[in-house]
Amino acid sequence: MNLAKLKNKISFFSVQTESVQAEKGKNSNPSAFMAIVRKEFTDYIRSWRILILGVIILLACIGSLYTAITSISDAIDQAGKEAETLGSDLYLFLQLFTVSDGTLPSFITFVGFLGPLFGIALGFDAINSERNRGTLSRLLSQPIPRDYLINAKFVAALLLNVLLFFSLGLLVMAFGILILGIPPTFEEFLRIFFFLCLCIVYIAFWLNLGILFSVVFKSQATSALSSIAVWIFFNVFYSMIINLVSKSLLNPEKLTSVSEVLNKQGTVLTLMRFSPNYLFSESTTILLSPNVRSLGPLTVEQTVGAVAGPLPLSQSLLLIWPQLTGLVAATLICFAIAYLSFMRQEIRTN
Amino acid sequence: MNQTVIQLDQVSKQYDDQFAVKDLSLTISKGEIFGLLGPNGAGKTTTILMLLGLSEPTSGSVTVCGIDSVRRPIEVKRRVGYLPDNIGFYQNMTGLENLVYTAELNNLPKKQARERAEYLLEKVNLTDAAYKKTGKYSRGMKQRLGLADVLMKNPEVIILDEPTLGIDPEGVRELLKMIQELGKEEGMTVLLSSHHLHQVQQICDRVGLFVKGHLIAEGNVQTLAEQLFDSATLRITVHASPITPELIRRLQELEQVEQVQVVKSGLEITCYEDISAMISKTIVEMGSALTHISQKNFGLDEIYHRYFEGRDLRESS
Repeated sequence: MNLAKLKNKISFFSVQTESVQAEKGKNSNPSAFMAIVRKEFTDYIRSWRILILGVIILLACIGSLYTAITSISDAIDQAGKEAETLGSDLYLFLQLFTVSDGTLPSFITFVGFLGPLFGIALGFDAINSERNRGTLSRLLSQPIPRDYLINAKFVAALLLNVLLFFSLGLLVMAFGILILGIPPTFEEFLRIFFFLCLCIVYIAFWLNLGILFSVVFKSQATSALSSIAVWIFFNVFYSMIINLVSKSLLNPEKLTSVSEVLNKQGTVLTLMRFSPNYLFSESTTILLSPNVRSLGPLTVEQTVGAVAGPLPLSQSLLLIWPQLTGLVAATLICFAIAYLSFMRQEIRTN
Repeated sequence: MNQTVIQLDQVSKQYDDQFAVKDLSLTISKGEIFGLLGPNGAGKTTTILMLLGLSEPTSGSVTVCGIDSVRRPIEVKRRVGYLPDNIGFYQNMTGLENLVYTAELNNLPKKQARERAEYLLEKVNLTDAAYKKTGKYSRGMKQRLGLADVLMKNPEVIILDEPTLGIDPEGVRELLKMIQELGKEEGMTVLLSSHHLHQVQQICDRVGLFVKGHLIAEGNVQTLAEQLFDSATLRITVHASPITPELIRRLQELEQVEQVQVVKSGLEITCYEDISAMISKTIVEMGSALTHISQKNFGLDEIYHRYFEGRDLRESS
């Protein structure tokens, strides 16, 4: 009896939710959204530029893996002479991603360098290519909300990113296990997982910058060049400019007290952190090198009594939390601006 | 039958301080083929975008199939097919794939979408090119594929923006025939914009003449002419010999005649009504041999041309 009542109630509820969904679903159309995502994803996979970039990234990974493995083997040999059990404390597995012998850069350097390029390549022609091909007005005359297009493009590109970088990261791990013969600890695995998530957030930032430029600039060449210009600026010139500024700020003749030195140093760091590249490199360092305990300057008083040892994962995450938030915020801001300006734009082909 | 499908009421669209469309009121009923005629930059495309809800009017109301385009554009777009003037397709997809993609955006099931796409491709004579990449399509083929694309969602209204732009005459003829057939067969309402007057004249039931954001006249070609000019609208060409000054004088004296002009092969008589019978009678009475008599309505071309000629005069005066 009670059961029957309950059943009735449940069915009543489900009917209700269905009707609510139907009302809501009048204008939302998830299958159309998925159709756009699917089509964009197929386009990405089939396009030459993504194929070429993918191959370059793959080659870079193989190269960095090779150098990492040769230099880690040396490290193991040296460490092995001192103590057999040191392996886990050294976080050898993480060094797969960070170590290099100088001939080829390490995995994180490659990702930090090629990742943004990949993001830009995915995003720079998102909207203006539709406009120039004349497909934009045709697409938007279909019964879909306008934001589906930009959202679907973002989702498709992000999906490709997640797929590529997770498969790359897992492949590197797999080869590491095969060749080195050391399995990663659970903490190491988690660190790598977080590192890969960080990579995706970082690339998503550049992707969104590309999308933003593709909305703002009508020509694809302009948006590609301006995105790359921004990337080069942050990659190369920004640190130079900050160095210049810091030289005058940290002039030893003007500095009188320790607190002033710390203060000025803090200012320089804050300036550096306006660059997404710097945020990314700081975060990766902390995530993949647990022995790094701080990002700012430390005074002797602060280090006295500290036990030198690796930080646990939770502490590492805590340390880079502001950096992570900053990167996510920058990504969202870019997307928000792109979204808003796209929604307000005129849909004329000329 | 006389159901209103498209209704524009006092619609204005302002860009900065310039009006692209001003105080436009227009009603189009079901099953009609309406031609939107005007020179480039007259506000035709703006009007169409407002109908689809892709552009918001500054003031006034737009209703399509009884639905407010400004507030519920998605429902309008479900019922209206739109062929933009610079149509493009995804070049790395085949014609069929492009159509199926459109169907997916309209929530058509895959199997049904494919069937409909194949049916429509056959209808626009593109069956052979169905599996060809659209990047290799010619302009005319693209335009025909565009027509099929518009029809994928089985719309109640189709809006075609400059459908004949850049196609060769044979292609234009074919396309116009298709549009006309579709309009009649499926009972669709067709709104088509163009600055090609002959084409509009061929297939449209009614025409609206657009200049600088104003709809200056509407109606069928005949009434359009009457609205625009209070002068004569009919031209009768007569071949006769001999043509004497007396004959010309007599013809000129006829009530309905505005002007008689001597041209190389005979006479050109501009008049208000069809009075060819009276003219031939006059000629025969005068003792001349009548070898040819034909009449011609003023086409849109002349209406258009004369309007703009007149405009220059009116503006300068």
